[in-house]
Amino acid sequence: MSAEAEMILQLENVQKAFGAVVVADALSYEVQKGEALGVIGPNGAGKTSMFNLITGTLRPDSGRVLYDGNDVTQQSAARRSQSGMARSFQVPQPFSGMTVFENAMVAATQSAGLRGRSAEETCLEVIEQTELMSKANTLAGKLTLLDRKRLELTRALCARPQLLLLDEIAGGLTEAECAALVKTIKNIHASGVSIIWIEHVVHALLAVVDRLIVIDFGKKIAEGEPHAIMQTPEVQEIYLGIEVDA
Amino acid sequence: MTTSQYSVSRSSNAARMATVFGVIALIILIAAPYWAGRADMRLMSELFLYLALASLWNLMAGYAGLVSVGQQAYVGFGGYMLFAATIFLGLHPMAAVAAAALLGALIAVPVALLIFRLRGAYFAIGTWVMAEVFRLSFSQISALGGGSGTSLPVGIVRSIAASRQSREAISYWLALGAAIIVVLAVYLFLRSRRGLALTAIRDNELAAQSLGIDIWRTKFLVYIVTAALTAMTGALIFLQKLRISPDAAFSVNDWTAFVIFIVVIGGIGTVEGPIIGTLIFFALRETLADLGTIYLMVLGAVAIIVMLKAPKGLWGLIRDRFDLQLFPLGYRVKKDDKEGT
Repeated sequence: MSAEAEMILQLENVQKAFGAVVVADALSYEVQKGEALGVIGPNGAGKTSMFNLITGTLRPDSGRVLYDGNDVTQQSAARRSQSGMARSFQVPQPFSGMTVFENAMVAATQSAGLRGRSAEETCLEVIEQTELMSKANTLAGKLTLLDRKRLELTRALCARPQLLLLDEIAGGLTEAECAALVKTIKNIHASGVSIIWIEHVVHALLAVVDRLIVIDFGKKIAEGEPHAIMQTPEVQEIYLGIEVDA
Repeated sequence: MTTSQYSVSRSSNAARMATVFGVIALIILIAAPYWAGRADMRLMSELFLYLALASLWNLMAGYAGLVSVGQQAYVGFGGYMLFAATIFLGLHPMAAVAAAALLGALIAVPVALLIFRLRGAYFAIGTWVMAEVFRLSFSQISALGGGSGTSLPVGIVRSIAASRQSREAISYWLALGAAIIVVLAVYLFLRSRRGLALTAIRDNELAAQSLGIDIWRTKFLVYIVTAALTAMTGALIFLQKLRISPDAAFSVNDWTAFVIFIVVIGGIGTVEGPIIGTLIFFALRETLADLGTIYLMVLGAVAIIVMLKAPKGLWGLIRDRFDLQLFPLGYRVKKDDKEGT
């Protein structure tokens, strides 16, 4: 019981298949409170599906998802968000007809449960941090792809998460922007937020995460200290395949 | 803190101007019984009730994504509840209007539980089927005239007011009041925390649920509130007509097709759209109605042209060009020149 209290997230034998395509195969791992976990794997390995299973937009065929010691396998995505899970989507999902600030307000009011001034203050702070202030009044539908990715991070942060799930947010950034992003995420991590980060830009990932897992065909094929994992033959092999796509 | 140089505003100059003009227009409209003729007042009453129906359908379809083609179910239900409550229970007509709203909400609960299992086009068809069930059920009630309908007894009509003139004034004010209540309710709801959630659902359901919004519950709430206010409007419509029959009460043309026309040409998913749409619809109807069937063909043509050339409706065109909001729902971030307050 005391060991469970230390864990923000536990996956126990999570299984999910769409017909013949297995996106999660006996997937089990744990994330400690305050830990930053990196996830790598080839395209189509089931990484985003794993996030869908964790956040509740997808239900597993079998297995359990425990969040903060509680079984949330049957809980709705909305409920999980309210209890502190927040994610960014790999393919940005903006509220196109609302401004950047209003997008942020949705997260602050509906997920974090903030009201009035404190919701507005939180959004302004986060928007400044993610460098979207100059576009605060721009409709999200009119943003460039890069800014839409920034908006994903902005919304997730305005939800004031305990567990932050980031899905490929560094792709397409310049070196300077990437460095700024790494700094932002390090700050969030330092404030005690647990993070799971799926990323193809490995140097950014390694600058932040404490531990790395490797997923392929829905299976966890390696887990451990990031630099050591990157040296293993399986990862080298898969990773050479990724580099072409990334 | 660096953010103190920014502040958040929920109004605009255009909105403040609109408020001033709106209040002046309202005062003139409230005084209509003292300056307008009987025919004008009847026409304006009808316009106000259509505005109420259109604003409600817009909230439901434009924001909650519940494209119902069966709202005539609640218009007719409200109308019949007015007649039933006054004739059988002896309620005062005003109380009966309120009762119609309450009963509309109650009957909407089982209907919602049933049709919310359907999605998209199936949902639309489901709502129409429900409306037909309502029509057929009420045509079975012989105490309310069965298939041929009934009139509101003279005694009940007199209980509103003794003279015809003051009856007509009261009935006009009720219609105006209903439109104000509905437009204000929609506006205030959309400005609220729940309204923000509903607007998020309008734009992206996946992101909305991932940010803590219970989509089913939000849509359910909107459906029930819409049903209640639509039933209230229906009661007022038949309080004007003083006569009800199943075919008139549950007419898909009158209470849904025209309403959809209004919302689509005005601008779906905006508070202003139904207002502009109602004005255009009545302008077209009053100028073209003498042409008979050609009038309906013109309406159809206008709807098709607007859908092709301005899919966000006329208000959508205006808003995109001038960045205008008469009913400001959103938030504007402003950079303060000096220290913020």
